[in-house]
This record gives sequence, C-alpha cells and structure tokens, in this order.
Amino acid sequence: MKFVDEYRDQELARTVAAAIAAEADPDRNYHFMEFCGGHTHAIFRYGVQDLMPENVHFVHGPGCPVCVLPVSRLDDAVELAERHGVILCTYGDMMRVPGTKQRSLIRAKADGADVRMVYSTLDALKIARENPGRQVVFFAIGFETTTPPTAVALKAAEAEGLRNFSVFCNHVLTPSAISHILESPEVRDLGIVKIDGFLGPSHVSSVIGSQPYEFFAEEFQKPVVIAGFEPLDVMQSVLMLIRQVNDGRHEVENEYTRVVTEEGNVKAQALVSDVFELRKSFAWRGLGTVPYSALRIRDAYADFDAEKRFELSVKASREAKSCECPSILRGVKKPTDCKLFGTTCTPQSPIGSCMVSSEGACAAYWTYGRFRDQQPAKLEAAE
Amino acid sequence: MTAADPKLAADLSRVRGSVDMTHGAGGRAMAELIRDVFHKHLANDYLAQGNDGALLGSVSGRLVMAADSHVISPLFFPGGDIGALSVHGTVNDVAMMGARPLWLSASFIMEEGFPLAELEKIVVSMALAARQAGVPVVTGDTKVVEKGKGDGVFISTTGVGVLSEATDISGSNARPGDAIIVSGTMGDHGIAILSKREHLDFETEILSDTQPLNDLVAAMLAAVPGIRVLRDPTRGGLSATLNEIAHQSKVGMVIGETAVPVKPEVAAACELLGLDPLNVANEGKLIAICGADDAAILLAAMRSHPKGLDAAIIGEVVADKHALVTMRTRLGGMRVVDWIAGEQLPRIC
Ligand code: SF4
Repeated sequence: MKFVDEYRDQELARTVAAAIAAEADPDRNYHFMEFCGGHTHAIFRYGVQDLMPENVHFVHGPGCPVCVLPVSRLDDAVELAERHGVILCTYGDMMRVPGTKQRSLIRAKADGADVRMVYSTLDALKIARENPGRQVVFFAIGFETTTPPTAVALKAAEAEGLRNFSVFCNHVLTPSAISHILESPEVRDLGIVKIDGFLGPSHVSSVIGSQPYEFFAEEFQKPVVIAGFEPLDVMQSVLMLIRQVNDGRHEVENEYTRVVTEEGNVKAQALVSDVFELRKSFAWRGLGTVPYSALRIRDAYADFDAEKRFELSVKASREAKSCECPSILRGVKKPTDCKLFGTTCTPQSPIGSCMVSSEGACAAYWTYGRFRDQQPAKLEAAE
Repeated sequence: MTAADPKLAADLSRVRGSVDMTHGAGGRAMAELIRDVFHKHLANDYLAQGNDGALLGSVSGRLVMAADSHVISPLFFPGGDIGALSVHGTVNDVAMMGARPLWLSASFIMEEGFPLAELEKIVVSMALAARQAGVPVVTGDTKVVEKGKGDGVFISTTGVGVLSEATDISGSNARPGDAIIVSGTMGDHGIAILSKREHLDFETEILSDTQPLNDLVAAMLAAVPGIRVLRDPTRGGLSATLNEIAHQSKVGMVIGETAVPVKPEVAAACELLGLDPLNVANEGKLIAICGADDAAILLAAMRSHPKGLDAAIIGEVVADKHALVTMRTRLGGMRVVDWIAGEQLPRIC
C-alpha cells in the first residue's frame, strides 16, 4: 500500500525513536496532549508509547467528537426520533452513546424509533428524497472536518426545496476548546494538567489551516505541532515538540505539510461561513460551557434547522455517576483512574462516551493498551 | 424436504415467478417446488429415499454435529452466495473438530415474493458446493414467511461428521509455547461483502474466500495428528477467534502484525473503511495451534495443499492469566488485539 506503509515503517520508526531518545533531556519530563482522538487511536493501535523514552508522556485530550457531545444534546436526538417520529440519520458511533439513564439511539431504535445509520450527509438527503411523507433529520456532529459536508447538504436541500429535511447541528470548533482546557475556571476544580505542548489536529487543519493556532501558541506559550494521523507522523511531531521545548520556543509548526497549509481550504471555509455562524456558547461534555466554540445554522437556512422546526423539551439530562469522562477529556485523569474502567464499563457495555467511540481515550486504552497495567501479572504468570 | 409426488406432472414454470404462500402450504405447489428445484439439483440416494428423514446407516467412530444459520445481505456476492456459504460454513464447523463431515441437512425459510429463479440459482450453488466438499445434503425443509417478515432467504444447515479416536481438538487445548498458524490471507470475505453492499467499486474486485476446508484439515491431521486447536475465523475475524481460544485455554498469545497475511487490496480497503483486517470475517480460512516441535511440519503440509498456499506462523501461545492476545505492531510497539465491541461492520454473515 503506497502512501501508507511508509508512515508505518519500522526502520524509519527506529531512526525517529533514536533521535527522540537522544534529544529528550533525561532531567525533565515532557507532557504532550494529543487533542484529536485520531492521534490517541494511532498511538495505541501502533504501540507508539513503546518507542518513547520513559520521560515522554502522552496526555489524551478531548478531540473525539462523539465523546464531547453533552448528554442533553443526545437526549434531544432521542426525543426527535421518539416523540417527533422523524427518521433520524446518524453516523454509526453515535448510536451507542448512552444518554440519560443509559438510553441510547440504538435502544430507541430497538423500541421502534426510526433511527438510521448513514455514512455521509448525502445518504441522509437520499433518505429524505425517498420518504417525502416523513420528516428526516440529520444528526450532525463533529469538528471542522465534518462541517463542510453538512453545509453542502443544507445547500442541496435548499436548492432542491426538500421540505422534509433538516439538520440538528452540533458542530464544534477546536481552537476555542484547546484554549479552554488551559484557562477555564473548572481547571481549578479538576486539577491542573501538565502540558508542555500540543499535537495539533491535522484533518481539522486541512480545513482551517494552521494559522488559527498562532494566537493560542503565543497567548499560552505552548508549542503546537500540526501532526498527521500515521504513527510516524506522531513520532516526528513529538520530536519537533521536544526540540521546541528544549529551545524554549512556542511556535506553531506543521509536520503534516503534505496536506495542511497555513490558510487551509479557503473554499470550504467560505461554504461553512455561508451556512453557519458562531454560537455564543455551547456545552461540551467534560469541558462545560465553552464560549464561541460551536456553530449554529444561519437564519437564512432556518427552515432546515431541526432546532427551529421541532420543539425540544428542556430536560434534566444526567451523566452516569462515577464516570470520569469529564476529567479524562481534559487530560486530568487516565482511563485506569476510573473505577468503572474495564469492570462495569467496556466497549461492549459503555457507561461513558469515552468508551463508545473507537477514538475515545477509554476505548483506545481498553482495546489496545490495557496490557500495560497488567504487565507485572503477566511476568509473574510467565515465571 | 420429502419427495414430490411423481404423479404431479405440472412443471415448475407454471409457478415460476416468485415464492408465494402456497409454496409453504404442504400442497401441490410445495411438492413441485421441492421436486423441481431442491431434489433436481441436490439429488442423491438419501434424498431419493423420499421419507421424512434420511436413513444414514451405521458409522464407526465418534460423531460430531454442528449447526449454522445463514442470513446474509447481499445474497449473491463476489466469490459466492448464501447457498455455497451455507454448505461451507457447516462443513468447516464439523472439520474444525478434526472430524470428517459426512452429511448435511438444509432448511430454507423463504420470503413471499422471492424470485424462484434466484432461489434456483442458490440451490444450484449449494449443490455444487456440496459436491465439491463431498458432503451430500440428505434431508431438508422449506417454509415460507409473509412478505416483509424475512430477508429473501434464510438457510439453516446442520452437519454430521465422524471423528477418529486419536484426534483431540478443542479450543481449550492451547499450551504456552505452542505455535499459532493461519491457513491464508485474512479479511477477504468480509471485504467482498462490504464492497458489494456499500457499492464500493475497488479497482481490483475482492472475492470472498468461501470454501470447504475438510480436505485441508484431513491433510493437516495426516501430517500432525496431534494438532491441538483448529478454528475458522468467521464472524469477528482473527481477533475474535484468538480471544475465544485464549479464554478457553486460559493462556495469552503474542502475534506479529507483519506475520499475518493480508492481501494488499484488502488492506487498502480496510484502510479506506477504517477497519482492522484482523476483525474482518473469513469463510475459507482456519487457525491451527500445535506444539512448537510440530509447527514446521504442519506449516509444510499446509503449504503443499492448494488451500494453504499462503499459510504462515503468526505467533506463539504464552502464559498469561489475563488471557490477553497482544501483537507486536508493524512499527515495533505492542498492543492488545481485542475482539470487536458490538458490530464493527454491519451484519455480514
Ligand atoms: S471507563 Fe467508562 S465510565 Fe469510566 S471514564 Fe471511561 S467511559 Fe466513563
């Protein structure tokens, strides 16, 4: 497989690992937060941690779109499907996220609600065309990467005059969330995360460019390296971060130059800003309310806004008690710090959102990394 | 499937079109369907007995029985269809016990409105598969459900086989130090199904690997009678099967990512779809576990069989009370190989 294998090559990995080991100062610790679930997934799936010196630590951040959606919004989606009887179209991972009282879309579907898994916004449009007598709602989630396709769908629906299609918009923005991790008042309650630098989200930056992180690096004096999702990208980016830390620099650097430019995809940005505008505030699971961190549909497209088309009741949504997702999403705690990890909560029966999406820290840790805590037992068994 | 009344002269073409409720009602239409579709293609001495059950005669040895139901969408896929699959699945389940499969039964649940021409294609394919495997379908049953209450056709098969006294194969037999061998490339079936269902047109068509493995198993047992574990990594793929065996045997396993054979086009498709080939279903491959001393002999025997050309030793059984399956990654790190949670793919077999 050209273009992929070269980013997973063992020889190259050894070379980069040797450079990291040589340049990492043994007298200090390096804590790097990977914002994106894609990085978390790659780190665990390829065992990247094993190639790092002991003093380089990964802190898993909030960059999994499924994990950060607050329970209340999920409850709204369930209500759309159940009370309003719409055909609710959603990406697969959202189906299993538990809402209040562990109620998920997959449960709602089993009880007769019309919830359909789609692979793209175009599938949702198709369902709307094929079911003119039914209201079809696309449950839109995700960061800057998934926003342009939603904008395309909204524009298509308007152009065609599809009266039975609308979007329940939950798109969120990364730069404000990253800032929030470092400065919100809750940081004091949850504890301070030691972060020496960030592995910046690459797919997001392919849309918004690397430029939006400049302010952040300057303001918080933390280096950011926009990193691709292949394991070697992650390793190379760690090396770049170590160099910045050692030099006392805090710049935005771009490791993922094969895709990301400074200004990003200007066309996609224009499309998005034509259809969406900033919300004053939006609640994130784990981060609380973050100002200007999400998008809503502009009034010009209000007819296609599910929040305007359907009356959603204000509910008292509740997260599962003892689920540590909020602290995990901030990088304050590790999955194994949660009492439920691996006992009540596994990917088969997830209690919190971090265990649902394959990009969530708990799921990645459970699926690929849990032997790390069991090594002493393993050695003992092997004796 | 009892035999049709020979007096019924009506040709199936009279009802050709689609399955309707009369085909399940026990009357003339059903008898004709059985005669003109099922018996015509599956013909053998047992079916010709024409009774409600098949008289099988006596066998010497221990008997093994396995049942499998097949619900698959699409019914026809690159490299196979539900008819062939329903034979292969059950033949392989019996073979994975180390047994020689002898007979099959087949039950069809058909949905009203299902085209008879397609039904016939499925039965023809089933008959061919049974002939190739050398395992006749000796008895069967048909039922019709109302439109909307089925998914075209469901097929349930049961297989009976005979096992020699010397063979002791079980998922609980793996021991630390044993070698883990696969018979060929992983993930072909699941990706073939998915490419068809999601209308993904890959440059190279990926074919399902569905095939009977009883002949391969026979050759393997002839070379190494002391094989400890055999299993076909169907649903859930290699990772689920290794985890099942690890739990049954209360051992751990360490495999090497680069040692696991995966076709480049399957790897590319998995990449595109965000899947792990280790989690993707196979229908014509097996996993064998044997003592380290036997590994080279078994591997050679497998590679000299047409169905084991790509066989490879992929790892080793280790002591681990947590029964974890771990893998040295391509990159050189370690990770757990877990069974997938719920459904990684929409239903595929
Ligand atoms: S293990 Fe489960 S309950 Fe605990 S933090 Fe993770 S998702 Fe929440």
